[in-house]
Amino acid sequence: MPQTPAVTFSAVTRHFGPVKAVDGVDLTVAEGAFFAMLGPSGSGKTTCLRLISGFERPDHGAIHIFGQDVSAVPPHLRNVNTVFQDYALFPHLSVLDNVAYGLMVKGMGKAQRLPKAEAMLDVVKLADYGARKPAQLSGGQRQRVALARALVNEPKVLLLDEPLGALDLKLREAMQDELKALQRRLGLTFIFVTHDQGEALSMADSLAVFDKGKIAQIGTPAQVYTQPATRFVADFVGSSNLLPPALTQALGGPAQWASLRPEALRLADSGPISGVVQSHRYLGTGTRISLTLHGTDLAAFLPAGSPVPAEGSRVTLTFAPEALHLLGDAP
Amino acid sequence: MSPAIFAATTIASRLTGVFWRRPKLLLGLLLAPPLLWLGMIYLGSLAALLVQSFYSFDDFSGLVVPQFTLTTYAKLASPANLSIILRTLLMALAVTLASAIIAFPVAYYAARYARGRWKAVFYLGVMLPLWSSYLVKVYAFKLILAKEGIVTWAASATHTDWLLNAALALPFVGGASLSSSYLGTFIVFCYVWLPYMILPMQAAIERVPLGLLEASSDLGATARQTFWTVTLPLALPGVIAGSIFTFSLTLGDYIIPQIIGTSASFIGMAVYQLQGTAGNVPLAAAFAVIPILIMLVYLTLARKAGAFDAL
Repeated sequence: MPQTPAVTFSAVTRHFGPVKAVDGVDLTVAEGAFFAMLGPSGSGKTTCLRLISGFERPDHGAIHIFGQDVSAVPPHLRNVNTVFQDYALFPHLSVLDNVAYGLMVKGMGKAQRLPKAEAMLDVVKLADYGARKPAQLSGGQRQRVALARALVNEPKVLLLDEPLGALDLKLREAMQDELKALQRRLGLTFIFVTHDQGEALSMADSLAVFDKGKIAQIGTPAQVYTQPATRFVADFVGSSNLLPPALTQALGGPAQWASLRPEALRLADSGPISGVVQSHRYLGTGTRISLTLHGTDLAAFLPAGSPVPAEGSRVTLTFAPEALHLLGDAP
Repeated sequence: MSPAIFAATTIASRLTGVFWRRPKLLLGLLLAPPLLWLGMIYLGSLAALLVQSFYSFDDFSGLVVPQFTLTTYAKLASPANLSIILRTLLMALAVTLASAIIAFPVAYYAARYARGRWKAVFYLGVMLPLWSSYLVKVYAFKLILAKEGIVTWAASATHTDWLLNAALALPFVGGASLSSSYLGTFIVFCYVWLPYMILPMQAAIERVPLGLLEASSDLGATARQTFWTVTLPLALPGVIAGSIFTFSLTLGDYIIPQIIGTSASFIGMAVYQLQGTAGNVPLAAAFAVIPILIMLVYLTLARKAGAFDAL
C-alpha cells in the first residue's frame, strides 16, 4: 500500500489582484522528506508555504495534509508549525515560555509543559537560556529557539521560511548541518523555502524550483542540477552556460536551447569550442575562465592543478557529448 | 604649504566644526532650556506645593502659618474630606476602565484595518472633539443629558425609556436626570477623555508585529488566546499610557463635576475652592498631593504586574 504523502497540492491557485502568486501548482511532498521550495523573490514559494500553514487560502484547487483536505481548516487547527523568517519570537515572554507557548494554548499545565520545553531547548543546545528574553539572544540562538518552539508541538510537517537567511555565512553552514541532522533524527517532514540554490541543493532530498507562480521543475538536487528542465532552472540553479539553439547546433546538437555546466568543459588540443580568454577568476578550488563564442558568453571551470591560460590567450575546449543537456523551452 | 581640504570660511561652518568636535556641547545647548523649564519652574513649583502642604492654616486670622506640621494632613483625613477623595478615586477608576473598554476596539480597528482615507477619517473623528472648547462640550452635554434633553426624547421615541429609567433608578449613581447624577458625570468624563485613551492605544497596537499574531495562531492559539497572551500584553504600555491620561485628568478635573452631576465635591473642586475662596492653601496643597500619590501607587502596581516588560 502506498504511503500517504505529507502534503499534496492539486492545481492550487492563489492570486493577489492581478498578481498570480501561485498559478496552478501540483505538488507532492513525501512523508519524512526534506523538501525545498527554491525560487527568486516573488516566485510564489513563500505563498505556497503560507497555503500549507493556512495563512493563505487557495482561490482554486485543493491542499491535502496527510490525506486530509485542509481547505476549511484554520491555521491553529493544523498540525503543522512554522519557523518564521524573522523568527517571530514573543518579546515579552522568556525563552522557556516562548518554547512552551504552543503547549500552553493547548491547555497543558505548567508542571507538564515546562519540562517538555526544557527538554526541547536541550535538543537545540540552549539548555541554559530558558530564563532569558529573546532580545538577549544572538541571531543564531533566536533561530534555535524558533525551531524548538515549533518542534515541541510535535508537528507532522515543519515549515521553514528562509530559516537561515538572517545568519552570517559561517553560522548558516553550521545550521544547515544541524537542521539536516535534526530532521533525520526526528524523521519529520521538513518543507523549507529558500532563494539560495546552494542551500537547497545541499540540504534537500527533493526540491521544487518556482518561477512566476508555477513550478518549473521538481526533482532531486542532482536531477535539477544536471538536467534542468528549462532555461530558467538552468540559469537559476548554479551557473550553467545557456546555449541558444544556433549555438547548440554548431556544437553538434539539435536546434534547441541547451545548458552546459562550466565544469563539463576542459582544455584540449582540439575541440568544438575555441576562443580568446576574456577574464579569469581564481575561486580556490579552481579557476573560472570566460570566453565568447558566436556572441554567447561561455564560462569554463578548470579545477585547481590544471594549467590556467592567461587572459587574452587563445584556448580550445572540449566536452563529453552527454554533458550537453537539452532544455524543454521552445527554440 | 598644502592647500586646505576644507576651508572653514563662514561662522556657521566654524560652529559646525566646533559641534562636530564636541558633540556633548550641542546636546547640552539643546537640552538646557527644557531642563531649566522642567527642573526649575515645573518641579520647583511642585516642591513648593509639597512644602505648603506641611504648613497649617489659621482659621481665625485666615493666614497661613509657615511652620512644619502634620495637622493639615490630619484634616485631610476627616470623614468629609476622605469621602471626597474616595468619590474622586472611584470616578477616575470607573472612567478609566470604561474608556479602555470603549477605546480598544476603535484603536484596534484603526491600527489593524484602517488604511488610507479611513485612517484619515479615524484621526479626524478622534481629534475633532479636541478642537472645540472643553467648556462648550461640557455645557452641550448638560443640555443633551438634561431631563428635557435629546437623550430623554430619543429614549421615549424608541420606547427605551424603561432602560433610561432603570439606569436612573440605580442606587447611588442614579438620580432625577442624567445631568444631575453620577452617571451623567461619568458619561461626560468618558466622552471628554476618550481621545487620550484611543491615541496611545492605537500607537501601541500598531507596533505589535503582525508576524507575532501569525506565530501565535501557527502554534495553535485561538484568536481569543492570541488576544490575551500576545496582543494585550504587547499593547499594554499603550493602554497604561492612555489610562494615565484618563485617570489623572479625572482626578484633577474641577469643571465637569461642577456642571454635571450631583454637585458633590471632587478633589479638583476642593482644591479650587480651598485656595480661591477660603484661601486655605495648605489644605489645597495637601489635596493636590493625593492624585500624585495615587498615580505613583498606580504606576508601581502596573510595573509590578509587568505592564512595561514589553517596552
